[in-house]
Amino acid sequence: MIPKDCRYTKDHEWIRPEGDTAVTGITEHAAEQMGDLTFVEMPQVGNELKAGDTAGCVESVKAVSDVYAPASGEVIEVNGTLADDPGRLNADPYGEGWLWKMRLSDPEELEDLMDADAYEAYLAAEEG
Amino acid sequence: MSYVSNTDEQRREMLAAIGVESIDDLFADIPEELRSGPLNLPPGRSEMHVMRLMHELSERNAAHLVSFLGAGFYDHYIPAAVDALLRRGEFYTPYTPYQPEASQGTLQAIYEYQTAICRLTGLDAANASLYDGGTALYEAAMMALRVTGRNKILLDSGVNPIYRNMLHCYTSNLHIDFVEVPAVHGQTQREVVGEYLDEETAAIVVQNPNFFGAIDDHSDVVEMAHSVGALAVMSTYPISLGLLKSPGEIGVDIATGEGQSLGLPLSFGGPYLGYMACRKDLIRQMPGRIVGATQDAAGRRGFVLTLQTREQHIRREKATSNICTNESLCALAAVVYLTVVGKHGLREVARTCADKAEYARRRIEAIPGVSVKRDAPTFNEFAVELPADAAEVAGAMTEKGFAAGFPLGRYYPGMERYLLVAVTERRTKEEIGRFSEAMEGVLWN
Repeated sequence: MIPKDCRYTKDHEWIRPEGDTAVTGITEHAAEQMGDLTFVEMPQVGNELKAGDTAGCVESVKAVSDVYAPASGEVIEVNGTLADDPGRLNADPYGEGWLWKMRLSDPEELEDLMDADAYEAYLAAEEG
Repeated sequence: MSYVSNTDEQRREMLAAIGVESIDDLFADIPEELRSGPLNLPPGRSEMHVMRLMHELSERNAAHLVSFLGAGFYDHYIPAAVDALLRRGEFYTPYTPYQPEASQGTLQAIYEYQTAICRLTGLDAANASLYDGGTALYEAAMMALRVTGRNKILLDSGVNPIYRNMLHCYTSNLHIDFVEVPAVHGQTQREVVGEYLDEETAAIVVQNPNFFGAIDDHSDVVEMAHSVGALAVMSTYPISLGLLKSPGEIGVDIATGEGQSLGLPLSFGGPYLGYMACRKDLIRQMPGRIVGATQDAAGRRGFVLTLQTREQHIRREKATSNICTNESLCALAAVVYLTVVGKHGLREVARTCADKAEYARRRIEAIPGVSVKRDAPTFNEFAVELPADAAEVAGAMTEKGFAAGFPLGRYYPGMERYLLVAVTERRTKEEIGRFSEAMEGVLWN
């Protein structure tokens, strides 16, 4: 189930706008591909990110993968619960497994990202 | 798989199987002029002959000098147990333990080594070892740069000059601001540190005992560093930790050093042993192999290489370092040494070194024209001021059967008359006496 209220990147990050801030994370597809996560590295609160910057990484028993900023802005909060329980991301990638919140410097950037339908089609094409 | 060389018969069979006339034909793609010709080697010799030849060559080394030479590498006693265990085939010849199911012995030995280093340094986590004390210090500096995201390193000039050269060499293509805190025979200059320490500083790097043998309690320097968000990196002589406050107790974030003193011979420069330990929260930034303890599917304890996402083979250009090895056999020597000597034994070794050094200091001080620096307490090494050029004196002393010490003028301009003298538990009262007499003879006869 791909949430309708989010936008998606080609690298499988999601972003959910909430006014002039937004929450981000990685999609269920990405979490499944990684397998059980063992460690999540986050950006620091206060970091200024540009869309496409490497913001952090997720690590599982078999791989490590960079997480890119879906949009530009300042990191205002990170999900501290993932430090002790990275599995939370696998269990609920769009909810409890959120990665960080940011204040968007250019909310219009989200227009360039895929919506839920486009992302679903993108996944189908990838698998095909 | 047989490890015996191929016979001519086998070579003919293999060539026939691939349809090639001779081995030379396999090199047909290499231009004639680039192919190697016959090598101008003498005929083979018998084992007996070769042994005699090698023995003659080795006699040309001054391997029997009574050593008062330190400067980072020391002539300590190596218990027989170290070699006896190292030479066991199970330890001597296995490969890197990438397959834990086939390497539990190797992995456990490294894990025990890591544990020993943690206990020695008073820190939470240690790696499986690095090449030597110098590269370990470089890696610690790089770690501090990564962790803080800053660009400046405060480097105490009391840090081994060879290590400082290595730091500059390794980082020569990087934009790092190295600020040297000038050397004095005594201790780290707090006012100078205070002047240069700021929000751009990634770390302060010190050595204890420093290159001149001086001991310091860096607790206040560490606090100064932490107050601006910088890390404290310390290089330490491991035997001294039998007596001195551990880096962990001082508040140091990353401790490194040369492990040669822990059961390894001097061997004209190596192989040596770089140890590194750090605070728990820095472990993911620590380079090198790390062995971890875990459980197998049946709940039995086992060991594996862990946190490998720090390493080359997983992260490549984003790895914490390019190192993809460790000094396993040397690390084994260190853990065997520490185990055989024990906590109390290490304290005894250190105590003996310090006491004998004090005795040597008094004998040397009594030589006319010679003075011993006493700006700071020292462990087992001290600087001696001579009425002549120290390098020349050391040269003359080798004729008398002594490696007298390290001439400081080699790395510190203006100190040409200073000789750095080290005394370990191996030096007897008699040797120290003869050393002083020989030096008096060299100076005044």
